[in-house]
Amino acid sequence: MVCTSLSSTYLPLYSKQVLFFGFGWLFFMRQLFKDYEVRHYVVQVVFSVTFAFSCTMFELIIFEILGALSSSSRYFHWKLNLYVILLVLIFVVPFYIGYFVVSNIRLLQRQRLLFACMVWFTFMYFFWKLGDPFPILSPISNIVLWKEWILSIEQLISRVGVIGVTLMALLSGFGAVNCPYTYMSYFLRNVTDSDILALERRLLQTMDMIVSKKKRIAMTRRQMYQRGEDQNKQTGFWGMIKSVTSTQTGSENLSLVQQEVDALEELSRQLFLETVDLQATKERIEYSKTFQGKYFNFLGYFFSIYCVWKIFMATINIVFDRVGKTDPVTRGIEITVNYLGIQFDVKFWSQHISFILVGIIIVTSIRGLLITLTKFFYAISSSKSSNVIVLVLAQIMGMYFVSSVLLMRMSMPLEYRSIVTEVLGELQFNFYHRWFDVIFLVSALSSILFLYLAHKQAPEKHMAL
Amino acid sequence: MASLDRVKVLVLGDSGVGKSSLVHLLCQNQVLGNPSWTVGCSVDVRVQDYKEGTPEEKTFYIELWDVGGSVGSASSVKSTRAVFYNSVNGIILVHDLTNKKSSQNLYRWSLEALNKDSSPTGVIVSNGDYDREQFAENPVPLLLIGTKFDQIPENKRSEVLTRTAFLSEDFNAEEINLVSRLFLLYELSMTGFTDRKRFNFKSLHYD
Repeated sequence: MVCTSLSSTYLPLYSKQVLFFGFGWLFFMRQLFKDYEVRHYVVQVVFSVTFAFSCTMFELIIFEILGALSSSSRYFHWKLNLYVILLVLIFVVPFYIGYFVVSNIRLLQRQRLLFACMVWFTFMYFFWKLGDPFPILSPISNIVLWKEWILSIEQLISRVGVIGVTLMALLSGFGAVNCPYTYMSYFLRNVTDSDILALERRLLQTMDMIVSKKKRIAMTRRQMYQRGEDQNKQTGFWGMIKSVTSTQTGSENLSLVQQEVDALEELSRQLFLETVDLQATKERIEYSKTFQGKYFNFLGYFFSIYCVWKIFMATINIVFDRVGKTDPVTRGIEITVNYLGIQFDVKFWSQHISFILVGIIIVTSIRGLLITLTKFFYAISSSKSSNVIVLVLAQIMGMYFVSSVLLMRMSMPLEYRSIVTEVLGELQFNFYHRWFDVIFLVSALSSILFLYLAHKQAPEKHMAL
Repeated sequence: MASLDRVKVLVLGDSGVGKSSLVHLLCQNQVLGNPSWTVGCSVDVRVQDYKEGTPEEKTFYIELWDVGGSVGSASSVKSTRAVFYNSVNGIILVHDLTNKKSSQNLYRWSLEALNKDSSPTGVIVSNGDYDREQFAENPVPLLLIGTKFDQIPENKRSEVLTRTAFLSEDFNAEEINLVSRLFLLYELSMTGFTDRKRFNFKSLHYD
């Protein structure tokens, strides 16, 4: 009977998994790799598989809330899914990252596989050591077998969770501060067309100066080369003296001019980057005048209040060593029932509201992560390193999704937390929330400092023009 | 020296195809030891004797403007790059023979450069789509260079050469395939390539 019920659940679940896989595949082709050629299909497959299994995890949480499928089959699928994701995140992806990094280095190319395995073992060592300083697990009471203990799901998930939560907190901290900064036009520096034109003119003048100096060098070299040929014909004492003095002054001049050229080239690069910056600001100013821009500007004010509140709450949590006992949904419902006197069916509404809330959290976090990853990828990838970077992004994505499952537990009412708690066992969930708050605070504060400094520096640069 | 006529040639292509190495080779006659990512534009100059040995011999400075970046860059980068495309006498399009995408991106590169240079004859561009007729009337000569030929395995070489032949027909351009080995490239530049260059730059001479 269990077999038939399991097989009946396999089909819908796995068809959706194929769907997620296809979505990950398309995202990879259309967005990430649109300017590159895919030569190693394994990268694409690994990325799509990671994406598919992460989405399935979220889907299982939704099923938990909706009560779809039977409890035992949900538990089974949870365990299966977690094992597969851990397998991918800990064995497959790091190995391939090591393999592609090693392939890029010419020296080690002969013994690629060997070095990739060595890299993987180093990764595993540090991965294991990661668990030591953190109080993640409650003391193990009954250890039956050494092997069982090592491979138990808690050990692996705890470490993946630490890395993932750190990443989440860093990204959230930076995002919470950067988002209002980007949206609000209050921070936009005033850039006029004449500023840009002036800078472009300076850039072209610098390029012209570089060109004229290089022409001088090329001509001098050519003359020296030609004179060198003539020198062979000139013999005698006088000829030797002449040749020595002329070439010496010639080469001294050359090195001086070469130094000037190097300085000018550095200047031209700086001017180029500044011009790009000004152009980007001008485009943002134009965008902010449109309807969409005004909408985002308004959102920016809203988000900045939210960001300040989150920082405040994180500080309070750390200072007062407080961990929220109830989730926002139940608390919200309690407030409405107690203070506003509205009576309604708590159980029914809590289910639906938590479903919507969790759904929103999932969708926005997936979307936000994919957009951030794409931006990051465009910024730093080149044709050599694109494979490695995509795999690193797949790793980050997997760890991010696993840890968001851990943290999401806090947002769900008690009855739905049970499955997460059951599967993940003895993890100290409170530790993760505390760790998240700490890193979030550090990240947000340092982002504020960083953005403040960057913002201050920019107008001074333009004053000097 | 100022009396020598000025010839400006753009070198365009995706990042990592070998533009900086190519320019360095042409101008300094030596191979670039440690190529790094080009930020903005780097210029180099080559002194070229046009029609050497004939009574019409004239010495030109050929400026090779090596513009860095990728075809999918942000629009702010593209509009900044556009300042380099003014009054161009010739364009060298570089693509990597081991990477098909870099060849396909050449269409977009050439459109980007030529749109900036759009002549008052009113060549119409429809949404940046590739239109072969544009290149037929194009007054700017194009040279197509494929790099890393020696990194293609022996059996695939003829296939690649056919592909690039079609590509250069599309552009109505001259075509050269280069290798990345040290001495071979040097040789090519000294002998065959120099001849080719002379042939190509004949049309650059404006009377």
